[in-house]
Amino acid sequence: MKVHVDRKLCDNHGQCAIAAPDVFRMNDDGVLEYDENITDDQVDEVEEAIDVCPVQAILLASD
Amino acid sequence: MVNTTERRIVVVGASLGGLRAAEQLRAAGWDGEIEVIGDEPYAPYNRPPLSKELLANPGLSADEALAKVAFRRKKQTEDVTFRLGSAVVSSNLQERVLRLADGTQVTFDGLVIASGLRARRLTAPGPMGGRHVIRTLDDSLALHSELKPGTQVVVIGAGFIGCEAAATALELGCDVTLVEGGKGPMHRPLGSDVAEAFRRRLVRRGITCLADRHVEKFEACDTDSTRVGAVVLASGERLPTEVVIEAVGSVPNVEWLEGNDLNLTDGVLCDEWLRPVGTSNVVAVGDIARFPDLRLRQTPRRIEHWATPGDTAKTAARTLTADLAGASLPDPCDALPNFWSDQFGLRISGLGSPALADELAVMEGTLDDIDAGIAVGYWRDSVLVGVVVAGLPAQRLLQYRTQLTAAAV
Ligand SMILES: Cc1cc2nc3c(=O)[nH]c(=O)nc-3n(C[C@H](O)[C@H](O)[C@H](O)COP(=O)(O)OP(=O)(O)OC[C@H]3O[C@@H](n4cnc5c(N)ncnc54)[C@H](O)[C@@H]3O)c2cc1C
Ligand code: SF4
Repeated sequence: MKVHVDRKLCDNHGQCAIAAPDVFRMNDDGVLEYDENITDDQVDEVEEAIDVCPVQAILLASD
Repeated sequence: MVNTTERRIVVVGASLGGLRAAEQLRAAGWDGEIEVIGDEPYAPYNRPPLSKELLANPGLSADEALAKVAFRRKKQTEDVTFRLGSAVVSSNLQERVLRLADGTQVTFDGLVIASGLRARRLTAPGPMGGRHVIRTLDDSLALHSELKPGTQVVVIGAGFIGCEAAATALELGCDVTLVEGGKGPMHRPLGSDVAEAFRRRLVRRGITCLADRHVEKFEACDTDSTRVGAVVLASGERLPTEVVIEAVGSVPNVEWLEGNDLNLTDGVLCDEWLRPVGTSNVVAVGDIARFPDLRLRQTPRRIEHWATPGDTAKTAARTLTADLAGASLPDPCDALPNFWSDQFGLRISGLGSPALADELAVMEGTLDDIDAGIAVGYWRDSVLVGVVVAGLPAQRLLQYRTQLTAAAV
């Protein structure tokens, strides 16, 4: 599965990094970094990150 | 798995809480019918932009505005039925039946209460024209259309929504006075010292702040008796104005639940699984649910933050499906509250329960320059119970979160 964050929407809330810390991280400047390719057992936590993002910036697609 | 396909769960309220409940019911394995009933004409949409970007953003039709704030529909909920523009007016939880405004009866096996809050209105006498609240998409669009540059605006109430609306109105070029009911902007969650620091910031930006004032009445304007022309305060002051924004809190939408022997004082009193006390096969989610605080063992309370519908829906959906299947209960809800507010380009984020603290201290930065970044800690009985961060990168917030969860007993 592939994760995509719409950078135009992302407001660097950091909620995704709480829900799925091994996929999403906030760097020292407070900007989101994330892994685009995730494994099947990371899907649930990415779904959770999608739900807690206040601006719906995260998309998950099958590759 | 039990065969649930013949059975129906009805969700009352089609906003964030109702949507998350439907999603989480599917995630919890409920394959029976789900019907979401909402009185607004719109599919679930996001409210935080209503006092921020959407209030600031000019020239959008209702459809365009809805497209901007509507929640995405997930695949798992494609077969969920939404009955919109339809209010539930009464209920009989024993008989498992709801009555809608048009007289239709809807029966259910399980019920999710997600009817949230409405904006509280001031009862002071006077004309209604030009007076606004901000709770719905229509509210936000109607208010936007009146916030022309140079317009005099009085905001009543200095909670998060009042402060955000005041900031947005000023950015739109309005002349803004903020009438604080209490002891300072966002005083209840933040505490006096921090509230005063935020007041200094609002004043520097050009907002006139009047502390500890109460509205006595509204006077009509000279040219149109249906519209407000001035706000008269109990102090005797008279504030000429063209627009009033009433941001004085909210009222839980519980009327449709009356007559069922529920405790409806300030929302719906629930247990830690979000089940209204005294019911079976019923759960409540979001702003309306008053539930116990398992972290701090405080009296049950409602948590009016965006994250709450998501957090409560998870526990509530698993509980309801378990109860309907006679299965064992999931873990109760003990999510750490979190909220944010955006004012004049500054993000204010809170974690935990700062409003319950008996002591606070600045952990980082200085209250004299909030924009340079601050973090404030809140303690109760010497235990860290909340942190508020403003103007710091999100990474700092995550670090404070770790500190806060480690402190919790
Ligand atoms: C202007 C504004 C700005 C906000 N900004 C922030 C923010 O920056 N950060 C933050 O953390 N939180 C913010 N919030 C709070 C957040 O939006 C709420 O916590 C969230 O909307 C709660 O969702 P809910 O589904 O529980 O309730 P609601 O959103 O209140 O939804 C309840 C729904 O049920 C409907 N309903 C009520 N009674 C009936 C009935 N009898 N029959 C059918 N339908 C019914 C209502 O019309 C409504 O559509 C803000 C709220 C507002 C209003
Ligand atoms: S939660 Fe959303 S807005 Fe916040 S950093 Fe993650 S993607 Fe960006």
